[in-house]
Amino acid sequence: MSDSLPESIDASTAANVKRRSLLKGTAGILAAGVFPAIHAQEKIVLRYLGTAVNQDKAIAEKFKADTGIEIQYVAVTTDDVTKRVVTAPNSFDLVDTEYFSLKKIVPTGNLKGIDTKRIKNADKITTLFTTGEIGGKKVGDQGTAPKKVIYLEGEKSKVFAKSPTQFMSLIPTVYNADTLGIRPDLIKRPIDSWAELLNPEFKGKAAILNIPSIGIMDAAMVVEAKGLYKYPDKGNMTKKEIDLTIKTLIEAKKAGQFRALWKDFNESVNLMSSGEVVIQSMWSPAVTAVRTKGIACNFQPLKEGYRAWAAGFGLPTTLSGKKLDGAYEFINWFLDGWAGAYLNRQGYYSAVLETAKAKMEAYEWAYWMEGKPATQDIKSPNGDVLAKTGQVRDGGSYEARMGGIACWNAVMDENNYMVQKWNEFVAA
Amino acid sequence: MSSTAAPPPSANASPAPGRSLSAWWQATPLTVVFALFFLIPLALILMVSFWDFNEYELLPGFTFKNYISVFDGCSNMADMCTTLRTYLSTFKFCLLVWLITLVIGFAVSYFLAFHVRSSGVQTLLFVLCTIPFWTSNVIRMISWVPLLGRNGLVNQTLMEMHLVDAPVEWLLFSDFSVTLAFVHLYTMFMIVPIFNSMMRIDRSLLEAANDSGASGWQTLWNVIVPLSRTGIIIGSIFVITIVMGDFVTIGVMGGQQIASIGKIIQVQTSYLQFPLAAANAVILLAIVLMIIYGLTRLVDIRKEL
Repeated sequence: MSDSLPESIDASTAANVKRRSLLKGTAGILAAGVFPAIHAQEKIVLRYLGTAVNQDKAIAEKFKADTGIEIQYVAVTTDDVTKRVVTAPNSFDLVDTEYFSLKKIVPTGNLKGIDTKRIKNADKITTLFTTGEIGGKKVGDQGTAPKKVIYLEGEKSKVFAKSPTQFMSLIPTVYNADTLGIRPDLIKRPIDSWAELLNPEFKGKAAILNIPSIGIMDAAMVVEAKGLYKYPDKGNMTKKEIDLTIKTLIEAKKAGQFRALWKDFNESVNLMSSGEVVIQSMWSPAVTAVRTKGIACNFQPLKEGYRAWAAGFGLPTTLSGKKLDGAYEFINWFLDGWAGAYLNRQGYYSAVLETAKAKMEAYEWAYWMEGKPATQDIKSPNGDVLAKTGQVRDGGSYEARMGGIACWNAVMDENNYMVQKWNEFVAA
Repeated sequence: MSSTAAPPPSANASPAPGRSLSAWWQATPLTVVFALFFLIPLALILMVSFWDFNEYELLPGFTFKNYISVFDGCSNMADMCTTLRTYLSTFKFCLLVWLITLVIGFAVSYFLAFHVRSSGVQTLLFVLCTIPFWTSNVIRMISWVPLLGRNGLVNQTLMEMHLVDAPVEWLLFSDFSVTLAFVHLYTMFMIVPIFNSMMRIDRSLLEAANDSGASGWQTLWNVIVPLSRTGIIIGSIFVITIVMGDFVTIGVMGGQQIASIGKIIQVQTSYLQFPLAAANAVILLAIVLMIIYGLTRLVDIRKEL
């Protein structure tokens, strides 16, 4: 029966009257529910809510070619992702958000626990997420470390589980450890500490992230690096600690330290590539983007370590039926290697390393993951040369970089106070 | 704004001719739209501004907490609080932009209205003024960045002409660049109403002034300016309301470092602090309404239109 449908539509273009009666007939059959073949072929479109950074056209195209399911990207900023999930949970079918946002999202009950039994590679997800270890060694867990928020007590739970369960809040997709980006050609000396961000030497040439919950973490790294204070947990400051951190920022701002603050990926790329800024907190793919323009830019490893972040896929509670199946299919496809390899080549890390490795060339894996010098030119997924033969990745191997995590992006208990103080910094 | 633009109920004019049932019917569609998209949302904002909230939900109730937190620390005179500081910076831009757009807008309108004789050329030049509006706001703003930047066109030219030794830093991400962008973006809102009211000036009045021996400046100051007052006030209302609420221009051109009330509201909504943002919005609205009220005192717009 399904075979006859395209034919009938073709024929109908010739005779309009015929088409109408046919449509009526089809509608009647559909309404009667005796047309299962058509229903099964119904095109699934998944509305994918996330930040523009993770929404790659090539990934959507490849997924559609592999499965026939269409991905429709809804791109908003990090803050707006949270806002949408909390206020409009029916406006998307799949959300790509960061683990630190979960503290705001999970208590609303708008996310459904993801059944790991339906995820083929669930047990291969890197231990960084499940136990907070890399290569058997514990990494820093200040802030909202994924292991604290990755498990839910049940599918419809509004609280995090203390130990592993069958249900995950988010399935990890990409993650990385952030640090300062610098222009080595304009700085001309080694940089090895977060304290350099507020070094008066770079007066008027520094920038910091204007996303309060992330920016304050960078500021905290600077405060510690300058030896002003040692936080028990940078990701969960007390009011006093917030005051101290913001005061440091305000003093620097008043002294003219900052050229600009940036909020969005492209802003940071533009600031750096135009030379308006020579040192700023930066995201790894933004550094890559500056480099593909042929401008020298380092994602500088620092002795105090990195500020890590991780993103993952979540499902809204209301998702069901075909769309839910489609979403699970997408997650399974995503962890299956092609997407992982694609992301690894952009400088991110993928959640299931094993499958990604299978889809990468040996020389690529050696450069991106093992910190070895490139044996041939390293290209980005769209063909731009990122590193010449012989170059080594900033920060070295996966274990060296992710093992050097000092803290994770976080939502603090005193979040409201922090935002208020951050506005004070912007107004200063 | 809508209240000033509303049709005159003609309270002091002759008794309304057709205040019949049909007149009420005719007014209904606009009233419904106005209520649905303006009054009800506004009432909701007012309501939410008295609610409490936590990280992820709004808690209906009645509290002054949000208003108190907006003015937190404002009693301390030594160190100005964030809110006052922010308003002060916004007022500064308002005043600067208003003055500059007024002078430019008036001059351009004057030229178009009195110096260009043929109405064809007049239309052509007027359309020319609108050309920048064919692209989006943000694109018009961003196009300034490569021009004013540290390694931008202006700095390169200055350096090559040996006028400066090092790039001029205050060109971009400064009060200067914000004001420049505002003027660039919104002078049109001054030109249109001023040009409009200038075109209504009876040319014989100018001749009469001339015949009575008034100098050019006297005619300008005593005849043209008073008769363009309506346009000036309407243009001022446009510019002031836009600048008071803006956060995009100040953000992009100020390098996100300059505070604006709009920006604070935006940050608060993105952190789900809707009641706080609502309280800020209510205060902003009250201030803007007061400014508009003050401006409309200067001219009876109903009568002039």
